[in-house]
Amino acid sequence: MSSLMQEMGEKALALGIPLTVQLDLTYRCNERCVHCYLDHDDHGEMTTTEYKKLLDELAEAGVFFLTMSGGEIMLRKDFFEILEYARLKHMFSVKLKTNAVLIREREAARLRELGVESVQISIYSHREHVHDGITLLPGSLARSIEAARFLKSQGLQVMLADVLMRQNHQDYSGVKALAAEMGVRFFLDPTITPMMDGDRGVLSLNVEQDVLQKTFRDEGLVGNVEEFCAAPKGATEDDMESYPCSAGHTFCYVSPYGDVYPCVQFPLPSGNVRRTPFAEIWNHSPQLNEVRDIQLKDLPSCSQCAHGSTCTRCPGLAFLEGNMRGPSTQDCEKSFARTGIPSKNLEAKRAGRSVGHGHSHGMGAGLIQIQGVSLAPAAASALPS
Amino acid sequence: MSAAAAPGKRYVARSKQMAARRLGDEVMIMAGSEATVYTLNDVAAAIWEEADGLTPLDEIVERRICRDFDVAPEAALQDALVLVEELAGHGVMEISDTPIAPRNYPAAPAEEPR
Repeated sequence: MSSLMQEMGEKALALGIPLTVQLDLTYRCNERCVHCYLDHDDHGEMTTTEYKKLLDELAEAGVFFLTMSGGEIMLRKDFFEILEYARLKHMFSVKLKTNAVLIREREAARLRELGVESVQISIYSHREHVHDGITLLPGSLARSIEAARFLKSQGLQVMLADVLMRQNHQDYSGVKALAAEMGVRFFLDPTITPMMDGDRGVLSLNVEQDVLQKTFRDEGLVGNVEEFCAAPKGATEDDMESYPCSAGHTFCYVSPYGDVYPCVQFPLPSGNVRRTPFAEIWNHSPQLNEVRDIQLKDLPSCSQCAHGSTCTRCPGLAFLEGNMRGPSTQDCEKSFARTGIPSKNLEAKRAGRSVGHGHSHGMGAGLIQIQGVSLAPAAASALPS
Repeated sequence: MSAAAAPGKRYVARSKQMAARRLGDEVMIMAGSEATVYTLNDVAAAIWEEADGLTPLDEIVERRICRDFDVAPEAALQDALVLVEELAGHGVMEISDTPIAPRNYPAAPAEEPR
């Protein structure tokens, strides 16, 4: 993260401003990705008018970075109307997440006209049978790549976003090479997250530990391997006072039904903008305030763990595992894959004990995104921090 | 020069390709195509916020800068010209000798997506 972005993030944190919001426009999708966490039926999406009202409220609250995602955003007939309102009326910095199957030259030109900051396109392999085998939409790789080229030719910032799973773990280098050939960015997410209905069966698509270890030692992916895989140094007193991530602090997520959550990966219902103004939810939601109170020192297991200060622990994944103050086993596994040193949680599991897991909070309304959230639009590494 | 333009006046408008938001006493500006972020201090932010393309720069300076910051109009205008030219160099603002047509929302209707 650049120092200016970091400075902005710190200022927003001090002022209590939600600098970044992810807004999902629909859960409907023209692909049926095998690892997707969403129910693709429409259970009553917000109308165009409701989205515009929400955008007014978000601008008033100080939101600057707006990520529009889904589902597939282009399936909304009013997509460009909402985007135009966001850009021309409120001057949000807008990032789009899409499979791009419906983006042709005309749409790419319109996105450029509207000053979209970047477009992230899901690409799971450079090989058609692998990518299309994951999206379950024949011809989707060709369409998505063609769209990426249309967008690039318009001068837009494009990122190919890959998710590491059993079906495609041998192909990320191919996608990365494709991105390099196209002159666009590449991003690999090594984490599969549970489905919105709480079904964790999809986690079986996660790669094995040895694949993760090998991936984390790919210099072309992580940069300085020695640094990336360095042994943890333990948490300092300052680390103990730190917050896990931006969720609920300078970031939140709004679903197509108006539900507000700390993060797209942190499905703790915190209010609904159809019933309550966004600012009131942001400032007064007991759930968001609870999330904001949690520092590393408040995590019973993780505060005692060697990886405490360097772990990528996602509080949302911990929540989905049963306790927002507990460990996120998937992140424990990533820390282990990086350093070869098991976390306190993994050690306990090996010993047949459990740490910090409470009762499930019931994930009926749970909505998880495959990718973490950063304050910065671009990261130096192709892996999430 | 258009009939509406006043002689010797300069007009400034925010570029519609930019994203912008006030954060405390500063304004953040994101130039998406360059993935570049700028921050404007309170003086520059005041000019940015008034840059509607129709109000001459000297009026903006007099109304927002001289009033709020206790500075002589000539000196303030000179500094403001340097600032807007720099911002224009980054594509953040447009400068013209004639009023710049507003391009705020609502714009022309978008084409219907498939």
